[in-house]
Amino acid sequence: MSEAPGKPRSFQEIILRLQTYWASRGCAVLQPYDMEVGAGTFHPATTLRSLGGKAWAAAYVQPSRRPTDGRYGDNPNRLQHYYQFQVLIKPSPPDLQDLYLGSLEAIGIDMALHDIRFVEDDWESPTLGAWGLGWEVWCDGMEVSQFTYFQQVGGHDCRPVSGELTYGLERLAMYVLGIDHVMDMPFNDPQAPIPLSYGDIFRQTEREYSRFNFDVADTAVLLRHFEEAEAECAAILAHPATDPKTGREITMAHPAYDQCIKASHIFNLLDARGVISPTERQAYIGRVRALAKACADAFVTTEAAGAGDGANAAA
Amino acid sequence: MPDLLIELFSEEIPARMQAKAAEDLRRLVTDAMVEAGLTYAAAAAFATPRRLTLAVHDFPKATKATKEERKGPRADAPEKALEGFLRSTGLTRDQLEVRADKKGDVLFAVIEKPGREAAEVIAEALESAIRNFPWPKSMRWGAGALRWVRPLHSILAIIHDESGASVVPVEIEGVKTGDRTQGHRFMAPGSFAVTSFEDYQAKLAAAKVVLDPAERAEKIQHDAAQMAFAQGLEIVEDKGLLAEVAGLVEWPVVLMGPIGETFLDLPPEVLQTSMKEHQKFFSVRNPATGRIEKFVTVANRETADDGATILAGNGRVLAARLSDALFFWENDLRKVKAGGLEAMAAPLANVTFHNKLGSQAERIARIARLAREIAPAVGADPALAEQAATVAKADLASEMVYEFPELQGVMGTYYARAAGLPEPVAAACGAHYAPLGPSDAVPTEPVSVAVALADKIDMLTGFWAIDEKPTGSKDPFALRRAALGVIRIVLENGLRLALTRPIAEGAKANHVDAADHAGPMELLVPDLLGFLADRLKVHLRAEGVRHDVIEACFRLGGQDDLVMLVARVKALQAFVDSEDGANLLAGYRRAVNILEAEEKKDGIEYSLDPDVQFAEADAEKALFAALDGADPAIGKALGAEDFSAAMTALAGLRAPIDAFFEDVVVNSDNAIIRRNRLCLLNRIRTVMLRVAAFGALEG
Repeated sequence: MSEAPGKPRSFQEIILRLQTYWASRGCAVLQPYDMEVGAGTFHPATTLRSLGGKAWAAAYVQPSRRPTDGRYGDNPNRLQHYYQFQVLIKPSPPDLQDLYLGSLEAIGIDMALHDIRFVEDDWESPTLGAWGLGWEVWCDGMEVSQFTYFQQVGGHDCRPVSGELTYGLERLAMYVLGIDHVMDMPFNDPQAPIPLSYGDIFRQTEREYSRFNFDVADTAVLLRHFEEAEAECAAILAHPATDPKTGREITMAHPAYDQCIKASHIFNLLDARGVISPTERQAYIGRVRALAKACADAFVTTEAAGAGDGANAAA
Repeated sequence: MPDLLIELFSEEIPARMQAKAAEDLRRLVTDAMVEAGLTYAAAAAFATPRRLTLAVHDFPKATKATKEERKGPRADAPEKALEGFLRSTGLTRDQLEVRADKKGDVLFAVIEKPGREAAEVIAEALESAIRNFPWPKSMRWGAGALRWVRPLHSILAIIHDESGASVVPVEIEGVKTGDRTQGHRFMAPGSFAVTSFEDYQAKLAAAKVVLDPAERAEKIQHDAAQMAFAQGLEIVEDKGLLAEVAGLVEWPVVLMGPIGETFLDLPPEVLQTSMKEHQKFFSVRNPATGRIEKFVTVANRETADDGATILAGNGRVLAARLSDALFFWENDLRKVKAGGLEAMAAPLANVTFHNKLGSQAERIARIARLAREIAPAVGADPALAEQAATVAKADLASEMVYEFPELQGVMGTYYARAAGLPEPVAAACGAHYAPLGPSDAVPTEPVSVAVALADKIDMLTGFWAIDEKPTGSKDPFALRRAALGVIRIVLENGLRLALTRPIAEGAKANHVDAADHAGPMELLVPDLLGFLADRLKVHLRAEGVRHDVIEACFRLGGQDDLVMLVARVKALQAFVDSEDGANLLAGYRRAVNILEAEEKKDGIEYSLDPDVQFAEADAEKALFAALDGADPAIGKALGAEDFSAAMTALAGLRAPIDAFFEDVVVNSDNAIIRRNRLCLLNRIRTVMLRVAAFGALEG
């Protein structure tokens, strides 16, 4: 493969190579979504665009937050803020596995020396009302990606089916670069005039957010925000599709979905604060799922989902 | 005679599904062939991560033509009858033949089915098999509607004989059958054509694919054993893992690597579990020390550096995983050394066991009381049993068990030792969960036995108290397993334990904790004993004990001593299998039948003592004498729990009863004599009922 000019030297080079590779394979390289999410899947470019009949191909980096995984920057590979690289192609192309393997070569994994395996791993997101079948991909026993064929999102059957690839960037990069502690990983070129490690950039924020997430975030405020986001989501969707000002049909699926994302992140924070009991937990997950489902119901009626052009959008 | 080769080539099939899928493919296709009249000599199915393969040998080129004649209604039958016949035969009126019969003209249908080409039958069978394949979970992909376990890429289907091979033409959702397949994803990319099963298997082998999962497993096992042996080590056997790993590779290459020095002091179970669950590694043990010192991983390819890169990568992943395990282990040890297992168990007060039965801590308190109660009967020290039960589940709150739930109990034993608790207590932490399955050993150490029984009886009485008993195939709390555990622990240790009391105690405690959720308690003990008897029937079936024999003993009532119950059951089974037993049973039934019929007719019970002075015939007098002799002998034998002797005493009744029915008519004209004889029959029933409820016996 022409994209594999030896080993990359930094975290950012791996990201850049993945972007270049997927761009060369026809994906639109998007930018991260500008909200706090738990995983790249939450980006509307995946959640909403996996619905409806229109073809789609996108790749992007998504900063992701998992408050419960905070370890004050001490743990070699656990972070409350980390990056995922996400690819979504609809319909899933028949050679998706080969395309994926090409991306590993592009970041310097020599297929002739490594052992790549597709090990069963079914994906399910209770908060998104979504599930799919696929694998975790192992490289020499290390999980480097999730590979999923979406079957359902927001309670809707996916027709056509999207193929989703998720790379855990820190873990993958540490493996490729041979680094044992994430904070030691070169972020930019180690030969640069000002070399910066992952720790130079994120050690401080990991500490701050770990303290904030576990002990400081105001749970009363969070609980209120959760309720507000939930109510706002419903309120947005309750507006009739016809805009009284412009007279156009404008279903506001995306603004409503923003509120769903917000509720989901607040739930994660509340969970990290330890104020949600196991029984309540299920109830909260159900409430976020109801929002995701309502947004999905709205999205499939829009032009972006292919509604109105004969595609099987409202399935 | 031709052969058939089918290969369904897909993206990676989950390892756990492969064996059943291969078998399902064989069954679906060959059943349909046989159904259509294509019988075959042999069939074999195989699976790799990327393919399901079926080879069927020696079947006819075509099915035989058939001719079927069916007789219909009379020629002058009403329209309705004719319509029905036409519908069922698929013919029209003018296609029917009219034949003369004794009663007039009758319509006949002659249905001729021509023979069909094997290829046509197989094409249909294959399409139906693919469309109706029983995957535990299946999916769609791309824009298609077909469902398969993962995307299906190609189908190879050929029929071949000496004259050559031809493709069985099938097209499903854009996937067409052909004669081509692919080799190993990385080592031999590209496709090739095949002409027969032998050709297919040979070309696959050349393309770095071992088709037969058994052969892959054998190679893994052999190579791993050799590699370990060369260094004076041995592989820790794990059949489940072997099967799984053989399903993850098409070209197995075994590699062995070291476990970092820092991790070697972790308990072997921790090393083994972490390596197996996370990495699918085999553990390699030093037989001299019992320590796990190395790991074996199975790669899916050969490399130019003989696996050095692969091994190094796997080693690094392992080190990261074991660092986590070491962290948990050290934290847990620190906790128990500072505050004992009680400190570790403290959070269990906030963990719900079941929302109607309270917290784990409440359950543990119930088990502790029950263990103390049971202890004397199983030869354990009550205080020690109570202490063991109190700490036996503390490890559920440990970091290690949170990470690896399957290490519950095992970790408890380590932590109890670290806390300086007596060895029987430490052992009980692990052993009280046993037996986990029908082949798992039962605990034998008295303290472990007391805690194990208390644990299971609390489970059973708890779910009985809130009326969550197993129904049909639903047994979410594994109560059948708990009941079998009680049975096996009692029987295999020969424990003389009357279960009524601990069950009543357990029920009472659960009743209190379940509060408003508890149902009525009156029938709980007999109902649960009945459940145990049902489980006992299943358990003893394997030993050839008849369920009705168990029922006949259990129905005597008060049978809560399982050791005694089984002794009686075995004696009774031996007896009813003997000639005396079979004849006595016949005599018993005759007596009871007569008695019950007369009682029904007369509307009274003949339950008075019969009087020998009204006996007329010799046979009647002899039966009196025999019963008078047997009664105390049976009583004595039962008192000594010598059930064989009781059966022997019963056997002595056979000849007198037979002679009685031979010579004596029960329904005498003399009312007094008749009543006396009926009471004599009742006495037979009463005497025999002391030994078993013979009425429950079948056959």
